[in-house]
Amino acid sequence: MSSASNASDRLWMYATMVKSRYFEALIKPAYFEGKSPVFNMAKGPLPGEMHLSDGQEPCAVGVCAHLRPGDTVTATHRPHHVAIAKGVDLDAMAAEIFGKASGLSGGRGGHMHLFDARVNFACSGIIAQGLGPAVGAALASKLRGDDGVAVAFLGEGAANQGAFHEALNLASVWKVPAVFVIEDNAYGISVAKRDCTAVERNADRAAAYAMPGHFVPGNDADAVHAVAGEAIARARRGEGPTLIEIETCRLEGHFMGDAEGYRPEGEVERLKARDPIPAYRARLLADGFEAADLDRAEADARAAVDAAFAAARAAAYPKPEEAFAHVFA
Amino acid sequence: MSSPDTTVDARPARRLTIARAIAEAIGQEMERDPDVLVMGEDIAKLGGVFGTTTGLLDRFGPERVRDTPISETAFIGAAVGLAASGMRPVVELMFVDFFGVCMDAIYNLAAKQSYFSGGQVTCPMVLMTSVGGGYGDAGQHSQTLYATFGHLPGLKVVIPSNAHDAKGLMLAAIRDPNPVVFMYHKALQGMGWLGTVQRSITDAPEGDYVVPLGKAKCVREGEDITLVGLGLTVHQSLDAAAQLAEDGISAEVIDLISIAPLDRETVRASVRKTGRLIVVDDDYLSYGVGAEIIASVCEAGIALRAPPQRIAFPDIPVPFTPVMEHFLLPSADKVTIAARQMMEVSSR
Repeated sequence: MSSASNASDRLWMYATMVKSRYFEALIKPAYFEGKSPVFNMAKGPLPGEMHLSDGQEPCAVGVCAHLRPGDTVTATHRPHHVAIAKGVDLDAMAAEIFGKASGLSGGRGGHMHLFDARVNFACSGIIAQGLGPAVGAALASKLRGDDGVAVAFLGEGAANQGAFHEALNLASVWKVPAVFVIEDNAYGISVAKRDCTAVERNADRAAAYAMPGHFVPGNDADAVHAVAGEAIARARRGEGPTLIEIETCRLEGHFMGDAEGYRPEGEVERLKARDPIPAYRARLLADGFEAADLDRAEADARAAVDAAFAAARAAAYPKPEEAFAHVFA
Repeated sequence: MSSPDTTVDARPARRLTIARAIAEAIGQEMERDPDVLVMGEDIAKLGGVFGTTTGLLDRFGPERVRDTPISETAFIGAAVGLAASGMRPVVELMFVDFFGVCMDAIYNLAAKQSYFSGGQVTCPMVLMTSVGGGYGDAGQHSQTLYATFGHLPGLKVVIPSNAHDAKGLMLAAIRDPNPVVFMYHKALQGMGWLGTVQRSITDAPEGDYVVPLGKAKCVREGEDITLVGLGLTVHQSLDAAAQLAEDGISAEVIDLISIAPLDRETVRASVRKTGRLIVVDDDYLSYGVGAEIIASVCEAGIALRAPPQRIAFPDIPVPFTPVMEHFLLPSADKVTIAARQMMEVSSR
């Protein structure tokens, strides 16, 4: 599998996974500030729902390693790993999550509504919402004659929404350069995939829309990198859309504060024992990467996140009246 | 908030959250009527993200308490078909904001089934859904959309302000032969992870009772000014009334309970007495509940001692950052200030 990934991509994927995981690690204590001793989602510097991406980093880096700033990505209510991998401005992203004036949207959007037009990234809070916009962005590339692609990330639960089926059909009929990436973490909040999905493998659904469908097992950045590379290259060549289903896992609750009573006993421990980030480090070392290089990449990643959080905490809140700006263009 | 239909008994008072009251009502009606079933996302094993179905899976099993895929168009459409087939489905749309993916089943199917069929086919279903913000969940998880649903013929729309009314309204909603949109406000729900207005946690009879659909209630009597609210804003109005009383201003508070049908007469009777009206609504301002209430009063030719006012959410999406969101939401203080000003511009 390593032959499919060049060394610089692999180092970048590792560092980016570390950066994403560390970003979430700093979210956790900040989220609970003001929410104890009595947990109240409305309180503290990070109010509202918080959906962490721990465990799903391989999906983001394996795909985004192939993307350019001009390519479009739409992501979900669980967006941090994808945003970081797509190159969203880390300082402005952290500030947005803290509701500050220097945030991506000046505090209007928050963690589920991150927009960075500089790198064509957007995410939103309702299931399967990003697929139609990805088809549109891909159609724009096709009409303009550039070789841009659009990637829509979605959870496995979103494959049961009407919008999923409509968007895949439309992408195929119009043969647009779109790639649909299912991050299968096995749960839609509390409902297990096997209890709500008619097929074992969502990749099989690609057949209904006459496009290639690939299943990537193992929550493995290299494997995702290989499959996504083919799909994105195919899209850039004008050969149409692809559906990719990635087996991944959610190491945290659906949102912070989720008691996770729906999980079988010991499941989280079993998943954490197969954490994709230390596993990837071990593989890189086995493949001849120098520990010192990995350590340096990790340290740089953490320093960037530390700086982003420090700046976000120090930043000013917007003036309340600013709420009235940007309702219309 | 006592009710005339509360039977006198010797039992000690219970303190029920709205979440518990809803789950109790559904459970009791499932015991009584084998045609009642519940469907929705995370409503079985989890008992509902907002606690509306706690314990029902254990009591009634997975045939009647059904977790659905994230497929609102399919399961709400299925509820219409179940209702047409003589069942009484209760379905949950987790957040009202999610109506965008399934509104066709709600307003073009459920709401019109009786009418289009000339009364041959009814649609006895309940669509329960959470509404409201104030906890930093941003613009796709914080809307109320009362007016959006209230505007559509064929739908009944209710929202309780307390547990007593929640139970009685749910029992009435399940038994009603029409589609009823049963909204519950997250700030009143009594979930451990969200703050709750304590006044919404009330006693409720253990047995069977209904709070009628389409009837408003006067929850505080007063002489000088009428404050009209629904759900959370009832409590803001009551808090404001308490503040105003310290200034010697006697405010009457009306809990609408029902958005559709709208009990215009209860509001009119109050405003005939007070001559002053403020409507407090956490939905978007324009074309909203406030406008409808004020129009109802004006159309009746009731003489007002001051121009009526609306306190509502401005016509902008709900922003995430708390400094903006709380600046925009109605509050007891905003009501108090507006009421004082209204008293000043009009003769006592």
